Amino acid sequence: MTKIELTVDGAAVSDDVEPRMLLVQYLREKLGKTGTVIGCDTSNCGACTVHLDGTSVKSCNVLAVQANGRTVTTIEGLADTAEGDLHPVQEAFRECHGLQCGFCTPGMVMQAVDLLGENPNPTEEEVRLGMEGNLCRCTGYHNIVKSVLHAAEQTGVKA
Amino acid sequence: MIPVKFDYLAPTSVEEALAALGEHGDDAKILAGGQSLLPVLRMRLNAPEVVIDLNGISSLRGIRDDGDAIVIGAMTTHHDVRDHELVKEHALLLAKAAAEVADSQIRHRGTFGGALAHADPAGDLGAPALALGAQFVVQGPGGSRTVEADDFFVDLFETAIGDDEILTEVRIPKHTGWGAHYEKFVRVAHQWPIVAVAVTVKGSIDEARVGLTNMGSTPLRARATEAALAGASATEDGVRAAAEQAAEGTNPPSDLNGAADYRQHLARVLTGRAVLKAAGAA
Ligand SMILES: Cc1cc2nc3c(=O)[nH]c(=O)nc-3n(C[C@H](O)[C@H](O)[C@H](O)COP(=O)(O)OP(=O)(O)OC[C@H]3O[C@@H](n4cnc5c(N)ncnc54)[C@H](O)[C@@H]3O)c2cc1C
Repeated sequence: MTKIELTVDGAAVSDDVEPRMLLVQYLREKLGKTGTVIGCDTSNCGACTVHLDGTSVKSCNVLAVQANGRTVTTIEGLADTAEGDLHPVQEAFRECHGLQCGFCTPGMVMQAVDLLGENPNPTEEEVRLGMEGNLCRCTGYHNIVKSVLHAAEQTGVKA
Repeated sequence: MIPVKFDYLAPTSVEEALAALGEHGDDAKILAGGQSLLPVLRMRLNAPEVVIDLNGISSLRGIRDDGDAIVIGAMTTHHDVRDHELVKEHALLLAKAAAEVADSQIRHRGTFGGALAHADPAGDLGAPALALGAQFVVQGPGGSRTVEADDFFVDLFETAIGDDEILTEVRIPKHTGWGAHYEKFVRVAHQWPIVAVAVTVKGSIDEARVGLTNMGSTPLRARATEAALAGASATEDGVRAAAEQAAEGTNPPSDLNGAADYRQHLARVLTGRAVLKAAGAA
């Protein structure tokens, strides 16, 4: 067992974990943060995307011990829940119906937030390329792309 | 799936990492970005007893100017290679190829050194490194040595890095002002290339370097095409004629993505496209 201390969704946590434990397992099984889902288990689908120190990673392809001393944000920590609001990207996915079954949505939203952080005003092509590591089996991506562009417009006022 | 149990070491210096590697030998595995190693461990294709994580060694990260070369630390991520001003200015080909590796999340974790050490023949960074004449600095118990690009890639998943050595940095001779293009052929987004061609040219065209991805067990140079392009003008006909020789001496695999002769056809077509784009003529 290895001791880890990190910040997850704003809260300090510490635990003893097996080195082989994946970050996604740690989030789901130890912390109960089941908002982050396991899709493919091969690091292709992106459903498990979270932010590690502010950048998007596939949490099935990072060890929990590698998050020691670092900050993790999951879909559950994105919105300011105290206010009961959604994050603008979550709001945009709802507004544009950027989902059908919803399984890929946590990862899509987390990757979209990363993408817009780096490029607040993307073209449609840049959205499609920036989201290439996230697979959706329902929508054909159309409304997902619309959602990301809509979020950019809504928040772009600030940029 | 989850990996078999292992002990985890997080050294903070190269010396400490080398000592751990020396102590555990064949039972140990180096962990860089983990974007190739962790899938392998999860599928239980490998089961090291000790995993030595290089992420705590800050000296292995970063890109610096070193006179006639730029030096890229082994632990620099694909994302940082893609965006770094020194890379864009002096080794544009690498910036373009790094942008084509996998997807955004994987580029945030995967490292330049890890990808080259892994030496997957379908990896996107080997051919550009070869084309640019990269020099690989590896450190072992006896100190550092430099391996030339032509000697680094030995076979499928095999490089000149010894069992007791770590790749610490890669020197890329400056190709300031050279045009560049990485033409990657895939069926779907974020896939490994079926074939890809890495081209950088000086002027249009004084000199050309052409690297091939997935056309054999290691990255290859298309030397006959390079020779035919030197001093040629960047016209469609001239470039296509030179590109006809791009598959000479290659030995590509046949698999579900394509037969060997199809890959050789692709190499010729993609080389033509890549050269024209690199020379600004397409
Ligand atoms: C879904 C998916 C898609 C991908 N698509 C592509 C793609 O299209 N193109 C592409 O090029 N790559 C692709 N990759 C792989 C990615 O580029 C990896 O980042 C890269 O292959 C390995 O780098 P790493 O830093 O993650 O190394 P790791 O996975 O940590 O290590 C890989 C191997 O190299 C060894 N090693 C690592 N660093 C060193 C060192 N400094 N010294 C000695 N040995 C070392 C390790 O022991 C291990 O054997 C993909 C990966 C995934 C999961």
